[in-house]
Amino acid sequence: MDGSQMTAPVLRASGINKYFGPVRALTDVDFEVRRGEIVALIGDNGAGKSTLINVLTGVLPFDTGEIVFDGRPVRFDSPQDARRHGIETVYQDLAIAPHLDAVANIFLGREYRVPGPLGALGFLDRKRMRRETEEQLARLKVRVPGLQRRMTTLSGGQRQGVAVARAVMWASKVVIMDEPTAALGVAQIGQVLDLMRQVRDAGIPVVFISHNMPHVFEVADRIVVLRLGQVVQELDPKTATIDDAVSGMTGSVGMTAARREATIDR
Amino acid sequence: MTASDAQRTVPPQAAHTPGEVTSRNPFARVSSLFTLLILAVLIVAFTLYSGTKFLNPNNFQNIAVDASQLLLLAVGATFVIITAGIDLSVGSILIFSAVVAAKVAVRFSGSPEQVKLYEFPTQEVGIPLGIAAGVLSGLGWGIVNGVLITRLKMPAFIVTLGTLGMALGFAQLLSRGVNVPNVPPAIQQEIGLRELASVDLGGYHYRITPPLAVTTIVVVIAAIALARTRFGRYTYAVGSNAAAARRVGINVDLHLIKVYALSGLLAGIAGVFDLLRFGTASVSTHQADNLAAISAAVIGGTSLFGGLGTIVGSVIGTFIPAVLRNGTVIARVQPFWQQVLIGGILIVAVYLDQRRRQAEERM
Ligand SMILES: Nc1ncnc2c1ncn2[C@@H]1O[C@H](COP(=O)(O)OP(=O)(O)O)[C@@H](O)[C@H]1O
Ligand SMILES: [Mg+2]
Repeated sequence: MDGSQMTAPVLRASGINKYFGPVRALTDVDFEVRRGEIVALIGDNGAGKSTLINVLTGVLPFDTGEIVFDGRPVRFDSPQDARRHGIETVYQDLAIAPHLDAVANIFLGREYRVPGPLGALGFLDRKRMRRETEEQLARLKVRVPGLQRRMTTLSGGQRQGVAVARAVMWASKVVIMDEPTAALGVAQIGQVLDLMRQVRDAGIPVVFISHNMPHVFEVADRIVVLRLGQVVQELDPKTATIDDAVSGMTGSVGMTAARREATIDR
Repeated sequence: MTASDAQRTVPPQAAHTPGEVTSRNPFARVSSLFTLLILAVLIVAFTLYSGTKFLNPNNFQNIAVDASQLLLLAVGATFVIITAGIDLSVGSILIFSAVVAAKVAVRFSGSPEQVKLYEFPTQEVGIPLGIAAGVLSGLGWGIVNGVLITRLKMPAFIVTLGTLGMALGFAQLLSRGVNVPNVPPAIQQEIGLRELASVDLGGYHYRITPPLAVTTIVVVIAAIALARTRFGRYTYAVGSNAAAARRVGINVDLHLIKVYALSGLLAGIAGVFDLLRFGTASVSTHQADNLAAISAAVIGGTSLFGGLGTIVGSVIGTFIPAVLRNGTVIARVQPFWQQVLIGGILIVAVYLDQRRRQAEERM
């Protein structure tokens, strides 16, 4: 189970270029997600992390490059398309519908309907959705006080827990989390990091986007550093230090040196 | 939340989370209770003041019939406002639909000479055609609203302000500004006032007429659809976070078109009710119905920011002004007081609602 099988990428993007009008947000980006790993994608604000994720998950089209998923070239034309392939994302900006409860959010867009003619009329199977949510949250050890309570009444950590649980519940291939620990308290951050390890150990690789170095070094198996739309470094958290990562992010190593280093690494 | 839920999901340390405080917060449930309380207070006050004249069940029937058109509009407004939208055009659509229904009914019920003499040889064809035309023109305006809002990415306020003017203008052009003449009286006599069923209770004779029956059915279906179906779920989701809804694959634009179409359809039905109830289509009434429908929904707890609201709330919110109107007439209070009171209730209801929400969302 080791060797090539272990490291075969589930998802590989190569030579990705993405423009927003004249702004080049991604330049020749190579990025891969391998089985059984938590890969951290780090970079300063505006480095292009969210853009890369949006390109990988079909939210945004890209200009040139190639994405290979499960050994086949793909081009997801919508986030649902990516989701159908088993890639789930916790988006940084728009995780949940605050007026709906946890069950409704977890099943949003995938509602179960009651069997029979009432189901054809759109009647929801609320019992079944509720039961599966309870099971899922219990399995993930995410605690939500009152599944029928609007998300607005939950704390930020509990909301994030629901958003993460939703992604984990439906993912079969890859889970992507864009800044899932931002704006959380210490205990809740611990929970989210634990959740990531659980998912990885269940065999589903996790892409963890953050610019919080201690969090990254705590859980990541591999760190990819993005700066000004380019991959400038790939670090092994066992040997690299936070200083290495920060200098990669800020460019104080010097762009060319960093790129050479990255090339040699490979 | 049931006791077993609490045991299962609330960890010990969650006792201090704001969510827990919420259920004990005095504002948490006060707003929906408030509207019901207002309604109860009004009924008791008018009963004490006017006695059996107000408490007469026949009078309640009058109130219900009077409220039937506004109820339809308020149901539409509830869906629209939950999506964080607004529909200012419903009053004009109602008028337009009434005029179209009347015109079509007259046109197909006999030759121009015959109808002038109040002869309607083909009214079996003309009346159903008129009713269908009225309902469909409401639906048509609703679709126009929805398409303009979603395709041109225009604010609903502006689009429906525009169609408000257009529908009213077309209605006036069609009717030349006067009540449509020579409408077959059978629309009112045979359909509008027809006793579909009746209940004799306590010496009173309650009559279920088509407008009452249709309104009741619409309200019940709408309440179930909003609370129990995917259509309702998506209505809340779109109003709560349209971007999140889009990202999970909900066709937000199509859903909005459906919601505005529903609002137009209900206004069309309400327009046909004009003919059923009064036997004519008037262009000079209903012009403030849009705001009345919106305030009914808002008094009933629907949030103008979207994501919140119930049909039951809007029904209560419709009956408060209806009871006020009826009660002030019976009590011989100057009718202008109605507007003062309704305005005050609106402000208090929304204030309490805001407080409730702040209490709930404190973190
Ligand atoms: N929709 C957009 N339109 C134009 N420019 C964008 C858009 N999204 C991102 N950008 C630009 O692309 C660059 C990368 O942004 P982003 O991917 O959000 O960075 P990060 O997530 O790493 O903070 C930034 O310069 C940003 O201004
Ligand atoms: Mg970002």
